[in-house]
Amino acid sequence: MDLFANAIVAGVLLGAFYAAVAVGLAITFGQLDIVNIAHPAFVIVGSYIAWIVNSRLGIDPVLVGVLASPLFFVAGALVYRVYYAAFERTGQESLSGLAFFFGVMFIIEVSLILVYGVDYRNVTASYIGESIELGYVGIPLRLLVPFLAASLMTGGVWLYLSRTFTGRAILAVAQDRLALQLMGADPVRIKQWAFGLAIGTTAIAGALLIIIGPVEPSVGRVYIGRAFAVVVLGGMGSIPGMIIAALLLGVVESFVSTFAGPSWAPAVAFGVLLLTLAVRPSGLFGRA
Amino acid sequence: MFRSRADVVFWVVLVAVFLAGLGATYVVKNEYYFTALYGILQAMLMAVAWNILGGFTGYVNFGSAGFFALGAYTVVFLDKALGLPLPLLIVAAALVCGLLGLGVGYLSLRLKGVYFAIATLATAIVLETLITNWRYVGGGRGAYLVAPAEVPFLFSSYVDMLFVVMLALTLGAVAISRYLNASRLGRGLAAIRDDEGAAECAGVPTLRLKLISTTLMGALMGVAGAPYPFFVTFIDPASAFNLFVAVNAIAMPMIGGTAHWLGPVIGAILVGGTQEVVTVTVKAEYSVLVVGIMLVLFITLAPQGIVGLAQKYLRRRK
Repeated sequence: MDLFANAIVAGVLLGAFYAAVAVGLAITFGQLDIVNIAHPAFVIVGSYIAWIVNSRLGIDPVLVGVLASPLFFVAGALVYRVYYAAFERTGQESLSGLAFFFGVMFIIEVSLILVYGVDYRNVTASYIGESIELGYVGIPLRLLVPFLAASLMTGGVWLYLSRTFTGRAILAVAQDRLALQLMGADPVRIKQWAFGLAIGTTAIAGALLIIIGPVEPSVGRVYIGRAFAVVVLGGMGSIPGMIIAALLLGVVESFVSTFAGPSWAPAVAFGVLLLTLAVRPSGLFGRA
Repeated sequence: MFRSRADVVFWVVLVAVFLAGLGATYVVKNEYYFTALYGILQAMLMAVAWNILGGFTGYVNFGSAGFFALGAYTVVFLDKALGLPLPLLIVAAALVCGLLGLGVGYLSLRLKGVYFAIATLATAIVLETLITNWRYVGGGRGAYLVAPAEVPFLFSSYVDMLFVVMLALTLGAVAISRYLNASRLGRGLAAIRDDEGAAECAGVPTLRLKLISTTLMGALMGVAGAPYPFFVTFIDPASAFNLFVAVNAIAMPMIGGTAHWLGPVIGAILVGGTQEVVTVTVKAEYSVLVVGIMLVLFITLAPQGIVGLAQKYLRRRK
């Protein structure tokens, strides 16, 4: 019984973190139709920045993530510039664009390995290692802090997209490019802004990742499955759908690693992704 | 087989390359060259196989490493369970991976473009998890294979023999790919790549052609992976499912040019050669980075690859 309760709590906490990883992808892949398979690689870069600053200066990893996100925003906007000039303008985005991001992902991963090696890295903060006991259930702060930060960030992005002018323009550019142009907004600049925002979220998601557990460069690959599974299952670009899908995935994964062993956990996300794609590609909450 | 002068030239070159490779194993004694060439040939075979689906048909496979590793692990399993000879093991790997290719082909019924690509990646990772949890073939810790003590025929070492086997397999795959490129089947595949809906309407049996294409791709990738366990003598999921294998399989055709059968061959020679030079002169780790950078540079600056550049140049001169 307490194993069961613990698995659910851990799953929900993890799920909120998965939503933070996937929220950027929900914008790029779900709304802009840019298959940024390198998204998890940016998350890992975020983790490494959190680790470097934390181990040198002792600054809290979450704070480092927040401070680094404007840099990531600029980097994302630049990547979109290249992507636009090379693929989107010439109408070859699907096949070549995909291979482009695959290459970018590979370059990031290999560069991290070349510079920092394949050792696992972790951060130190006062709350890591502590936990709160609530009856049967122990909540490690190492999961609770990322849960709170992830919820804040995902909620913030959701509010931004649904309440502000630019946020709505981002949703509009996916639906009708021409109409947006007629409203006097430049679709390319809106997309550049949105892509920057999406990459900006990875700085924070990366910092949360390294709080939850140690990170090494190839960890990102497992998150390809998780992030894409969450976005596709959530119905492509719907933020509330994505949050529910993320919580669901977190709970299922937590059950599998509690009852079948952690070595099976990576297959869960990809299995869910395969099943969703094969059976219901519009996701749980998509317009069928 | 010999319908034109180009055919004759092609087969003469093919046989000449094979004989040169065979002859080299008697003349050259330094095994380093064969180890290096084996790696390039293996990558070339993977690239040619990837191109049958990715280049000719227009469906991107990110899970190449999964097919490669499944071929390798089929061999590990059958070698341990039955101890079959190498040629039979290669055939078995082709069959198993061909079946997986057929299954992936049925996925293409519902999944187009990007979704298909992500599904292939997912397939590879699910396979990796299964193998990691399968104790009989070593699980996550890996398995050692002992190469047979006596070397068949007149080869001086087992590596030499594997090199010649890989050379023959690769040349065979190139011949298949060249035949496919020019055949009626290949034109059907090109029609699917350009516009699947229109091809279907024009009477092209799209599903059957796609299934042939994915099965053939799978089988060839399985063949590429089959001799691998004997070549390295130690295999574990991390090395067999290495992302590097998948990146090479995509990068080589993309750099060489995807629409033409010669593309992956040129790409493999160029990329594989550069990697080898970097490994020797700079550092082995950097050779991995080189592929990623070459891939990104080529698809942003020369999306048609080297073959495309050459065609453009020839057309302008006319």
